[in-house]
Amino acid sequence: MSAGTYAPNPGAAPLPRMIAAQAALETKMLLRNGEQLLLTVVIPTLLLVLFSSVDIVDTGSGKAVDFLAPGILALAVMSTAFTGQAIATGFERRYGVLKRLAASPLPRWGLMSAKTLSVLVTEVLQVALLTVIAYALGWSPHGNPAAVVLLLVLGTAAFSGLGLLMAGTLKAEATLAAANLVFLLLLVGGGVIVPLDKFPGGVQSVLGLLPISALSDGLRDVLQHGAAMPWGDLGILAAWAVVGLGAAGRFFRWE
Amino acid sequence: MRTEPVVHVTDLVKRYGGSRGGKTAVDGLDLVASPGITAVLGPNGAGKTTTIETCEGYRRPDSGTVRVLGLDPVTEAAALRPRIGVMLQSGGVYSGARADEMLRHVARLHAHPLDVDALIERLGLGSCGRTSYRRLSGGQQQRLALAMAVVGRPELVFLDEPTAGLDPQARRATWDLVRDLRADGVSVILTTHHMDEAEELADDVAIVDAGKVIAQGSPEQLCRGGAENTLRFTGRPGLDVASLLKALPADAAAAELTPGSYRVSGKVDPQLLATVTSWCAQHGVMPDRISVERHTLEDVFLELTGRELRG
Repeated sequence: MSAGTYAPNPGAAPLPRMIAAQAALETKMLLRNGEQLLLTVVIPTLLLVLFSSVDIVDTGSGKAVDFLAPGILALAVMSTAFTGQAIATGFERRYGVLKRLAASPLPRWGLMSAKTLSVLVTEVLQVALLTVIAYALGWSPHGNPAAVVLLLVLGTAAFSGLGLLMAGTLKAEATLAAANLVFLLLLVGGGVIVPLDKFPGGVQSVLGLLPISALSDGLRDVLQHGAAMPWGDLGILAAWAVVGLGAAGRFFRWE
Repeated sequence: MRTEPVVHVTDLVKRYGGSRGGKTAVDGLDLVASPGITAVLGPNGAGKTTTIETCEGYRRPDSGTVRVLGLDPVTEAAALRPRIGVMLQSGGVYSGARADEMLRHVARLHAHPLDVDALIERLGLGSCGRTSYRRLSGGQQQRLALAMAVVGRPELVFLDEPTAGLDPQARRATWDLVRDLRADGVSVILTTHHMDEAEELADDVAIVDAGKVIAQGSPEQLCRGGAENTLRFTGRPGLDVASLLKALPADAAAAELTPGSYRVSGKVDPQLLATVTSWCAQHGVMPDRISVERHTLEDVFLELTGRELRG
């Protein structure tokens, strides 16, 4: 390199370009990570195929896939927005990635926007894949697509808030363990593959307030039963989103 | 070159862990760094990293003021960040990212970045190939962090222990890049606990101990300051010191301490030694017991604090 190569010429790239670059890198990192793919792609796909074709769980009247597909879509949202994001962000914090980026021209809200964008891109890929598989298994969804999108978006907001809260307050290893444990517990107790009415009455009403239950129940109301707008479930998700994002904003530590 | 300081820290205080039982990391530190290369030299735990990270906007001062390129690093961060380059002591890269991928990414966040391929070649990062960051050697990780600090063509670069853990060859390569930055008008603030690094690179050295700057100046000034570099010899008493002084460079001093015992102080280099011996030859003097006492920054540090620099 010749003289003058390093002559100062500072400046931030245009904001949309920075956010797009950041979102692209985050998505690439996620798709390259084997554990993340297991969580976001392999597990939902396996559960959908397995429980649709083998009659293990009593999913009520009608085709099993009509009950399962909405639950698996809810699981996919949770795996990306909550578990995957919590683990990835926890380790980015641990390895100083968040710290280093904080010194770059990309503002913090730009970084968070890019993370959200990356989560949404991943979810679109998941939903596309799972929808194709569900159709192949004989799925016949009903309902209002706008209600589905609204549920997915509010679910993403609720799970992102909780995931970032965990990533920004706990140690990376604790986040890894806790996020996986929560994923497993909510998979079983959140109406994803096991209908909530299999649980005793008192437990049922508590489980029904979980974000995963609200999301799977709401999606099922629309896609299986053709409901217009599941306001109750949307309300629960909105409440979780406000609490989760609010707490994350308040307690998130960058280092 | 501008003459206003690139970094101006006044009476900075930074404590960790609350007011009771907490640790005072920086305790009334003053630092003025002019354009060029400034080394912040001190032992581990002296407060170097805390000071640098306050300049980078990571920490809010408990009291005192910090200005970097005339800006407040916390409240004017958005204006400041594009103009500075930051090399953290460790980490800062996605563990699954490749070196070139991460460097290209940081370049994309800037308006007029350096040519990434040329920078990769310059720092010998081409051999990293498709290896992910977590599998790179410590030296490769350090060089990537350095590249990330300069790729946005900043006016001012902060390097926190840029050569810690590097082998001598990689260390030289880093020094060469730092010198090139300076030659092209980039200012550099670097922390180090290697006095040779400070002596080799810096226009200005601030010695930090226990959260304060205890001495600041060019390496030459510092080495001359507390304990002068001296050359001593003995000869016959009553030599013409004024004539010797005329032969010496302007900033050198000479004196007959006791009859027949002479001391020359100043920048003691081979040239000065040659000047003294040839003066002696011209005056038919046999300089007996000639000795050179060259003080290093380490001596200065030892003298100022009573402790070893590496610790």
